[in-house]
Amino acid sequence: MDADAALDRAFSALADPVRRAIVARLSRGPATLGELAEPFQITPQAVSKHISVLEAAGLVWRTREAQRRPVHLDAAALERLTSWIDRYRLEAEARYRRLDAVLAADPAPHRRRSATRKPQPAKENPS
Amino acid sequence: MTNPVVIDTPPGTGYLDLTREFDAPVPAVFRAHADPELFVQWIGPRGLTSTITSWDFRDGGNYGYQQRTAAGEVHGFRGVFHTVSENSLIIQTFEYLGQPGEVSLDRMRFEPLPDGRSRLVGRAIFPSVQTLERMVAAGMEHGMDEGYQKLDELLRAR
Repeated sequence: MDADAALDRAFSALADPVRRAIVARLSRGPATLGELAEPFQITPQAVSKHISVLEAAGLVWRTREAQRRPVHLDAAALERLTSWIDRYRLEAEARYRRLDAVLAADPAPHRRRSATRKPQPAKENPS
Repeated sequence: MTNPVVIDTPPGTGYLDLTREFDAPVPAVFRAHADPELFVQWIGPRGLTSTITSWDFRDGGNYGYQQRTAAGEVHGFRGVFHTVSENSLIIQTFEYLGQPGEVSLDRMRFEPLPDGRSRLVGRAIFPSVQTLERMVAAGMEHGMDEGYQKLDELLRAR
């Protein structure tokens, strides 16, 4: 349950493109808020909010060094996230969210097809 | 609110169980697995273009598809639909052509739930306990460089 909740938080945190870019940047080494804000058209304050989300998801941590307070990627959290089974889970999560979207769209030709043919699951499986 | 994927790999077994519920009835979810035009819309990672190379959705029919990355790399997948039972069951083989011979057997059951919802219950059976354990171990023993690369891939792909 806890592992699932942590994974959910990490997954939600990484759903945002700015936060993904921040994590990608941090994978090359620690950086300050100012450095992280540079590539984006957003304020250091906005970046700080993104960092707080990543921090709550256990993906990054901040040094208590007085002035700079660089942001670090949590290597262990990342490793958990990228272990095979979690990658598999993340891929499955993403895949089935896409399937949700396909089902929500429910294209008209298929709706017509299903309307003309009633499913009879029980009769086709005698056992 | 999204429906979480539940994945279970009992230690010492060569299989992996997956359960996922949908806010859509069985016929719609089954159709998304049966119709190649729908299938390519959700099977591949975001950012990759999936293309069907063969699709014969019936007992004994084969299938194949490719996924092309933005960089132009092509990953191929193929298999055979062993059993197709409309709105109830699909059993198929699955092979990533980058790892030829590592063929898994996938079984997907489609279960109706109340209120127009449904549940997909899947099991992937790997060639051996060692294959699955090796894959799990390989993932856990990744050096951080590779871990970062994989995450970058994952992040780029989404």
